[in-house]
Amino acid sequence: MRTVVITGLGVFASTGKDVESFFRNLSSAQTGVRRITQFDPSSLSVQIGAEVPDYSPSAYFPEKRLDILDRFAQFALLSAKEAMQSSGLTVREEERTRFGVVLGSGMGGAQGLDEGYLNLYAKQATRLHPFTIPRIMHNAPVSQVCMEYSAKGPSFTTATACSSSGHAIGEAFRLIRFGLADVMLAGGSDAPITYGMMRSWESVRVLACGNGNPGRACRPFSADREGMVIGEGAATVVLEEYEHARRRGANILAEIGGFGMTSDAGHITQPTVEGPARAMRAALDEARVNADEVDYINAHGTGTRLNDAMETTIIKEVFGDRARRIPVSSTKSMHGHAMGATSAIELVATVLAIQRGVIPPTANYTKPDPECDLDYVPNEARSQPVRIAISNSFAFGGLNAVLLVRRPQ
Amino acid sequence: MNVEEKVVEIITREQHLEPGAVKPDSTFAELGIDSLDGVNILFALEEEFKIDIPDSVAQNMRSVRQVVDSLNRVLEGKDISDLVALAKSGEPHPSN
Repeated sequence: MRTVVITGLGVFASTGKDVESFFRNLSSAQTGVRRITQFDPSSLSVQIGAEVPDYSPSAYFPEKRLDILDRFAQFALLSAKEAMQSSGLTVREEERTRFGVVLGSGMGGAQGLDEGYLNLYAKQATRLHPFTIPRIMHNAPVSQVCMEYSAKGPSFTTATACSSSGHAIGEAFRLIRFGLADVMLAGGSDAPITYGMMRSWESVRVLACGNGNPGRACRPFSADREGMVIGEGAATVVLEEYEHARRRGANILAEIGGFGMTSDAGHITQPTVEGPARAMRAALDEARVNADEVDYINAHGTGTRLNDAMETTIIKEVFGDRARRIPVSSTKSMHGHAMGATSAIELVATVLAIQRGVIPPTANYTKPDPECDLDYVPNEARSQPVRIAISNSFAFGGLNAVLLVRRPQ
Repeated sequence: MNVEEKVVEIITREQHLEPGAVKPDSTFAELGIDSLDGVNILFALEEEFKIDIPDSVAQNMRSVRQVVDSLNRVLEGKDISDLVALAKSGEPHPSN
């Protein structure tokens, strides 16, 4: 089986619109959570989100192009651009059928959908804009990125809520591993901060309120945690078959060692211990890594009472006595839960931890919880070599995606 | 502003073109208008003139002139069933 390496990173998120500013903010525990600006949130009980700040689409795209790009597709293109540029990759004509794109999105074209429904139901429009479908379809970002870079190989969208881009990167990894492609752009994007989506999330009662102090709202693993914060953005990685990367003298940032993918078949919102634990073990097994070799876990860490306690139990189940000695952090405390983008954003953070020997913290940690008794790297980044790391994603609906990355060998 | 001027204005706006780029004699091909752009332009015309342009007619429009002629006929309350039949037959539009 072939070895798959990461040779490019791109991110466009509330905590930074490029890899450098993103990691600088994460390393200094700067959060991207603020009062929502995309619409007037005054009537909502939760008025905060991890929005991309000061975002002006026309600064990045010509007007004609924007007509057909919903916000989640814009973010995808922007993160893909940085990933491609940082990889230094030029795909030759004859290689294009071996070059594909897999991106995740949990919510699809939420903006276009919201606008459409507003026009249809509230404003009594009898017809909708003809670009509605090409804008809102879940695969729009994949198709746009394929067109942008002439990627003609295996390409598709994954939609598994909070695990979407974990599955996207995992499946892209496998396409290369099993010889079906040589280069893949993989990641995810979402822009779910709309009035309709926020109302829907509000009803689930899993959101942190924190209107008075948005930056402190998301407090994963802390005893006083109140829930998650909805975020938006995108992240993309360039995956390459090892020999392909080596031949062109690419800067190899990390190797994807394993991918574990399981279903809980349990409950539509509550995670089980067994399903996620099995996904973590599968990633370790595929990478032939022992539990005692893992240096860092980027947690799913949503900040809800249930998830964080359950994830702690899962990590102890997999790592036994060693669990307490592994640094575990939730970067969602800063970039929020960016839905279909979140696993990819977290994988970028994990690769940067390996690259730079800096473990990003769990921000806003104030108080130990007896049910959450691991080392959560509270509030301050830690300089520490990371050779092997795991990134967890446990989606609503019980669909789990766990990626294992390691320093290039 | 007559129908022709309005059509030119709408196409210019929807295609984000420079003023003056769209001429009454321009074809969609010359203006880089693909099928999806065409649907968008028709939507804007329908909204502007508060009319319905039948799909069969819409699909056969390939130039500014064709759009203006069809619109004029719709607006004058003329029967356009011959245009519909023509479109279905695959024959070229009389304005071609």
